[in-house]
Amino acid sequence: MKYILMMNTMKAGQGVADWPAGDLQAHIAFMLNLNRVLQESGELVSAEGLSFPNQARLVRAGQDGVPIADGVFPESKEFLAGFWIVDVETPERAYAIAAQVSAAPGPGGTPMNMPIEVRPMMSAPPEM
Amino acid sequence: MTKPWDMTSEHLLREVAPLVLGAVARRFRDFTPAEDAVQEAMLAAFTQWPQDGVPENPRGWLMQVACRRMTDQVRSETARRERETAVARETGAAAPAGDMESDSDPDDTLILLFMCCHPAITSPSAIALTLRAVGGLTTAEIAKAFLVPEATMAQRISRAKQSIKGSGVPFRLPSPQERAERLPAVLRVLYLIFNEGYISSIGAHLQRLDLAREPIRLTRCLRELLPGDGEVTGLLALMLLTDARRAARTGPDDELIPLDKQDRRLWDQAEISEGTELLAAALAKGSVGLYQLQAAVAAVHDEAARSEDTDWPQILALYELLKRVSPGPMVTLNHAVAIAMVKGPAKGMELLKALDCDGRLAGHYRLDAVRGHLCEMLGEREKAVTHYRAAAGGTTSIPERNYLMMQAARLEAPSKTEKLSGE
Repeated sequence: MKYILMMNTMKAGQGVADWPAGDLQAHIAFMLNLNRVLQESGELVSAEGLSFPNQARLVRAGQDGVPIADGVFPESKEFLAGFWIVDVETPERAYAIAAQVSAAPGPGGTPMNMPIEVRPMMSAPPEM
Repeated sequence: MTKPWDMTSEHLLREVAPLVLGAVARRFRDFTPAEDAVQEAMLAAFTQWPQDGVPENPRGWLMQVACRRMTDQVRSETARRERETAVARETGAAAPAGDMESDSDPDDTLILLFMCCHPAITSPSAIALTLRAVGGLTTAEIAKAFLVPEATMAQRISRAKQSIKGSGVPFRLPSPQERAERLPAVLRVLYLIFNEGYISSIGAHLQRLDLAREPIRLTRCLRELLPGDGEVTGLLALMLLTDARRAARTGPDDELIPLDKQDRRLWDQAEISEGTELLAAALAKGSVGLYQLQAAVAAVHDEAARSEDTDWPQILALYELLKRVSPGPMVTLNHAVAIAMVKGPAKGMELLKALDCDGRLAGHYRLDAVRGHLCEMLGEREKAVTHYRAAAGGTTSIPERNYLMMQAARLEAPSKTEKLSGE
């Protein structure tokens, strides 16, 4: 069963970018190591990090189908920072991985305990 | 008689792939289906050879399988249209492999390269088709290397072939004039593949190493076919001189290590000497081009035993030449760095001002990254932090973003990070 694990962060200008170098390095190393472990266990389908929210645009089709892009959406407090897709045996295993992600070290090495949204991915219909 | 499948077999298979394709395409006078037929023959070889052993005449085997596919296809089409084509009669059902072999021509690789890198095809498609038709890679391998689903990659390749068909390029060597016009496009595609492989060859993406090696192999091939061309030799030299630093380019946590902080003992000396010799040979011919000059810059870096031994005045002179041969904002940016190293960061900063008005680079993260670096050289910590952060927000590469954020963090709290930077 495949699950998506979505990690949200606060708005631009907050979060990792302002951390001291050592804490930042520890955080990066933690994430890289986690990906490596998931890859070795054969559970990782994909892991993607997204650009900072300042690169985000809200796009709608105009009357003639031409894209109309808004700048960054200031009303949003949280942004998707990245996601993992894992293929695991049980939902509990997906939650366990999410908890590991959540406990990534923050400033001073303290676990961040950030919320990770876990949702099953839709799959093809079963063989009849 | 067969030989056991071993490490060299895959290389052999991929080396003969373009020769087989060339022969089949010429015989059937149709590149598009021939390319599919050869891909099927390659897939058959990849499944059967490891089990049954490598046939004595691998090329003949591939040709026979590919031609059988072609004939089947021609036959079914013929039946559908209720008419016999000359091709079907000409080729027959069982053309012996021996005959086919005489069809093959080393220039076929060249013809194929020029077809696959045709200016009518977009870069991503040209890259994919080149790797498949000339590099002998399977669609699945290419898809994996570019981290896209196989069906997407197959579609990209098929669109490229439609463009070739639509452009009506004949399957023959381009005339000397056409060749001169289109060679830059071929070199560009090879360099793009190399960069894709080199830049992304870190951590989780280690499987992409082949993407850096494959263009080196193809450029080597191209050089054998066009030994007199200074830019082909220059490109091969540039790839080797860059690739030589691969092992030193990332640290234990996959972090990017900039040139001046790299452990130079890890540089591949064999690649450096080969690249340097190639470059000398190219430059001796008297022609100077974009790739030769970039290779020359890479060679100057590679020659320095320590970062502080780098001959920056020489690099500056090379960028001044590059500005004349191939002006562009990226060249100006590198020129500014060289000026900063030779004449001081303030002079470098002056040069960057011109780029603010250049639409191609204004607001580009690379401009911020260089500004951060020059501000740091000037001792303007706060400004440097601002520029590094802006650059981190602009790049789309995670290792690069991490690197830029680390640069900012390191400057912002110098007392805390003394141990880290070791300065």
